[in-house]
Parts: sequence; structure tokens; C-alpha cells
Amino acid sequence: MSGANARSNILGRIRAARQAGGSVSAAESAAVEERFREHPVAVQPAMPWETRARFVQECGRMSSSVDEVADIAGVPAALARYLAERQLAPRAVCWPELAALDWAAAGLDVESRPARGDDLIGVTGVYLAIAETGTLMFLSSPDTPAATSLLPETHVAVVRADRIVRTMEDAWARMREEARDAPRAINFVSGPSRTADIEGQLQIGAHGPFRVHVVILG
Amino acid sequence: MTFQSTESGATAARPAQARPAPLFKQRAHDSLTDAKVQRAMRNFNLAGARARAVAEVDNFEELRTAAAAIRDRSLAMLDVWLERFEREATRRGTHVHWAETHEDINRIVVEIARRNAVRKVIKSKSMVSEESHLNQALEAAGLQVVETDLGEYIIQLSGETPSHIIAPAIHKTRDDVADLFHEHHGTPRKTEISELTMEARKFLREHFLSADMGISGSNFLIAETGSTFIVTNEGNGRMTTTMPRVHVAITGIEKVLPTLEDAAAMMRVLARSATGQTISNYISINTGPKRPGDTDGPEENHVIIVDAGRSRLLGTDMQEALRCIRCGACMNHCPVYQNIGGHAYGWVYPGPIGSVLTPNYIGLEKAVDLPNAATLCNQCGVVCPVKIPLPDLMRKLREKQVARGLRPWQERFGLKVWAWAAARPGVYAWLTRLGARLGRRMGGGEAAIHHLPGNGWTEGRDMPAPQGRTFRELYAARKGRT
Repeated sequence: MSGANARSNILGRIRAARQAGGSVSAAESAAVEERFREHPVAVQPAMPWETRARFVQECGRMSSSVDEVADIAGVPAALARYLAERQLAPRAVCWPELAALDWAAAGLDVESRPARGDDLIGVTGVYLAIAETGTLMFLSSPDTPAATSLLPETHVAVVRADRIVRTMEDAWARMREEARDAPRAINFVSGPSRTADIEGQLQIGAHGPFRVHVVILG
Repeated sequence: MTFQSTESGATAARPAQARPAPLFKQRAHDSLTDAKVQRAMRNFNLAGARARAVAEVDNFEELRTAAAAIRDRSLAMLDVWLERFEREATRRGTHVHWAETHEDINRIVVEIARRNAVRKVIKSKSMVSEESHLNQALEAAGLQVVETDLGEYIIQLSGETPSHIIAPAIHKTRDDVADLFHEHHGTPRKTEISELTMEARKFLREHFLSADMGISGSNFLIAETGSTFIVTNEGNGRMTTTMPRVHVAITGIEKVLPTLEDAAAMMRVLARSATGQTISNYISINTGPKRPGDTDGPEENHVIIVDAGRSRLLGTDMQEALRCIRCGACMNHCPVYQNIGGHAYGWVYPGPIGSVLTPNYIGLEKAVDLPNAATLCNQCGVVCPVKIPLPDLMRKLREKQVARGLRPWQERFGLKVWAWAAARPGVYAWLTRLGARLGRRMGGGEAAIHHLPGNGWTEGRDMPAPQGRTFRELYAARKGRT
């Protein structure tokens, strides 16, 4: 099979180019295993900021809007307010974890199902949020469909304050701590979709959402 | 140099082997005299955005040094990381393929498409697939191919190739795009950039929802988890890896990183260097196919690891070029690229990195002009996020050209004559004296020569005319006085 040949030819050429005839010494092998075990973090910029304040600031810089409410029960009213201000229809789809909220009391029609191509508003939780860059982190699973944060024109993400970490490296450490293997999809979202492909002019809403709205709890 | 647009249907694919870079000087001249290209290039100021983003962190130099070290660590044991990637990816259900050549890439993708009865393919940007002319091969196999990065979509409609690695249609104006959309979409002609973007969104959304297969590149491969790592601002990378039932990622052997932490460090320099962002809007890290119960994601996930000339650079004085993370900063800061645009470079990668990669990937003899298409001002070397010494590499390629006798005979003959004279001080002094007198006469009493015969150099500027005596004459006179 040519595929097997290609594999051995490519790896053979790589090894031939290496010193020591391409063999891995015991010390090198130990260093490789240590890297996978310890996950060393490279030098980072100075971060003289407070986690939550930085997250809010960076969300703004990436063109996400931010609202802050005391607890999960306040989310429907916050969403209703946000939609009314922008004259968006009070109809949305949400992740299962948010299905039990009293949406109807806030005048909203919210279905718990993955978004389809014609849904206009998707409401999700997040796995973690990253302060350094104003980033939302999603892990795919049957209960956290990726389509809901991707297809609608407006994406609303509910973020518990204690799920905001400082850096992407911190997010990896937390993911491993919580004993999660990489799921099918890890998605980082930092603000609405954008492009500058025509004359270098920035346009919001290329393929993904036009609007990303973050509701911080607690 | 064109690939077929989706509208023109299947045609016989051109052989996928690397085509020779066409005459660089002619192409550069065409760009310089094309008012539209010149106007479009002025729209472009990613250099300013980068400078602002870099100034926001206290230690960008340290971040660059760390990023270069991470890339060097990858390249030093590429086989070890690739085998780990393969093992971890396979364990999680990804099919890993190895492609030695561009033909291998196209054959593997066509086979996957056939096996899955694929009819429509959507693509997010993959520069490796530009190397192999994958779109032509897929169309020859009867498949519809739609590029989804807005810039790539525009040039697909116009039948062109990318002129920049992250802004592929930077040479087009809004009027060009308006004409293309009007013609290909059959919609009323729009003039505002926002309207054009919305129209592309609408048409491409249909394609996203109806495609059977998504093809993407991969900015990095993550060895520890067997994942692809795809960075976009538009979200087309997410769409391509989420919606169709088959996903194929194509990337070079050099793109593997050991850990997710390494990727985090690379993102800090990649986004700042490319667009002046602190992070790109979307990062999609995909690991295997849809899991039990998942409502989205592909049923089949494939990764094609491509050599196509890369392993030849390992262990040579060109290895540093493999650190490249395709941010585009070198071209954004290159005075030559800024004036002639990407198409003049004749192959997939333009700008300083193209001047190094193209001769290495397709052959020094097929790209004789490229290592010389630079002033060696080192703007590229200073901004490169992984510290590739681009001017040094171009200089080494020039040396190789001389060693292999690839320079034009006039240049070789001229240098021989010069070497002969320079080794004979009396002859050299006589020739310089003759040259100075002749130059003064050509100046016709003025301080400048307006026209040098047989040479385009004076078309846009004057040549200073030699004045008075030569250095040697003055030196001899002064020595006589003391």
C-alpha cells in the first residue's frame, strides 16, 4: 500500500536528517515523556490585572457586549432586556442546562434544542472563559452542541464568574484537572465573526454570529 | 495560473507537479504599472496594527524567542512528535494519512470523497491545497468545490490564486468584487463592502449546510491529543469542521507541536503578528469524529500529513524556514511585496518567506529571481514571530545559485571580468580612472546622468555623475604632498 510507503519514507527522511542517525537517546526520550507529563508553560507577558475586570475589558475589545447579573434566575430578564434594546425577536434556542429557566415569565419563547441554520438567537453556557483575551471556551458533547454558538446571528453565553480563568494555559490545566480528555471539538470564541478581506475594511458577521453577548453570573 | 471556478464545472486537471515560477521581472513590472493593483495595495496596513498589538505586551521579544524555541524543539524531533500525533489521533478515531507528494494529497482526498459518495466540498483556507492544485483535481473528479474564506471565495470566482497568505484577495477592489458577485450570483450589483460581505454570507451559508465534505488546513497539529488546531476570524474554519459529514484536514509535517501549552504560546505571537489582534476570533481544536450522542460534527475525520519537499530542508542550512507559522508579517513589512503584490512571486507563498520556500520546494532553478527580489533590509527578520533569519536564508540561496551556475551568463561574465581586474591593481586603477572620466562626460557637465544606455535603472531616477578624480588619484596626490 502506497500510504504505508509514504509514511515510512517520510519518517525515514526525517530520521536521516537528525544527528545520531535518528535514534532517540534515553535522555531525549525521558525529556519527551516529561514534556507530556508536566506540560511546561513558556514565558508569558506580565499580567498586572485582576481576572474578572480584564475579562470584561477584553470582551469589549473583541466587540462582545457584557452584562452582569447576580444569579442564574436573573438570566431570562437580562436576555429579554438585551433583545428588546436591539429590537430582536424574543425567540431563541438554548442548551439543555438552561432549559429549566423561567423564560416565559420574561416574555421569551426559548426552545431547548441544537440550533439549525435559520435560528436567529442561540443561548449557551461555557466550559470556561479566559480573561487575558476575552475568550469563551466550549467543549462539545451531546448536551453542549457546537451549532448553537455558531449558526445563529446572535450568540448569548452565560458565564459563571468562578469559571473565568486567567490564561489559555490555565484553561488547559483546568481541563486536565477535571479529568477530561480532549472532546471532539474544543472551540474558542472571542467576539463576533469578522473579515477584512475586501479592501482591508473590517466587517462584522462573516460566517458566524454578528453579535456575541456575555452574561456573567455572580 | 488559474484554477477553475465552481461555475465552470469540471475540466481536465493540470498535472499537480510544481509549476515553474513565471518570469518574475515581467510580473513585477505588470503589477507596478497596474493602477488598480497599486490602489488596492495601498488599502493594506496590517503593519500598523501589529505595531500597536506588540507594544501592548511588555516582553514581545521574549515571546518571540520562546516561540522560536518551541518551533525548534518540534523540528529537532519531528518524527517523535508526528508518531505521537498519529497514535493519539488514531486512538480517538481519526484516519491519519501520509502524503509524500502533491499528487498523493489529491489522490487521497479524491479517494475519501469517492468512498463517501461526496458531491459538494466546502473548503476553509489551506495553503498546502494551493500547492497541490487540489481544487482542480476535485473538479476533474466531478466534485463541486466552494472556497469559504471570503478572500479565497472572491479569487475562486475570478479564477485567480491568492496574493497574500492571510488576505488572499487584497489585490482586488470593491468594484472588482461587486462585478464578480453580480455576475456569479445573478443578483443586483452592490457597491458597499458591508452589502457584499452579507451577500457572500448568504450564499456561503447555503453551501455550508448542504456540503458533504469539509476540507481545511491546520495551523498546528497537537501531538499529545492528536488534534488539529485551526485559527480563523470569519468562523469558516468552525463551519467546515462542524457541519459536513466528512472532514479532511491537510497540513505539513512541520506543523506539529508537542502540547496544548505550546499552542497557547504560539497563539500569543501568531495573532499579534498576523492582524494585530490579541487572539483570533475563532480557534477550533478538533479531535476525532462525532462521539456517541453528539448532535454535530463529522462522522469521519481525516488528517493528511504532507511532506512535498519539507523533509529535504531538515538538517540543512534552510531548516529555520520550517519554523514558519504563516502569519504574513514578513510580507506586510516588505517594501518589495508592498509594491509588487503577491502574484509577482509566481507560486503559492509570496513575500520574503515565499522567496525562501519556493526555491526550496519547487527547485532553485525554477525560481532564480526570487532570492534576489529583496533589498535584504531585514524588516522581515525583525518582525518574524519565530525569528526566521529571512535575509540570511535569501543570501545563502543566492550563494547556492552562484555555486550551481544558475545566474545569467552576463552576470557571471561580468563578475569574472571584475575579479580579473580587481586582482591587478594597475589595471583596476586605470579602469576606474577611465570610468570616472567617461561618467563625467556622460553627465554632460551636470552632476547627474539622466540616461544610462541599455539599462532601466535611470528610467525613474538619475545616476550621480562622477566628479573630479578617483580616490586612488586623490590619495596618491595627498601622499605626494606629505
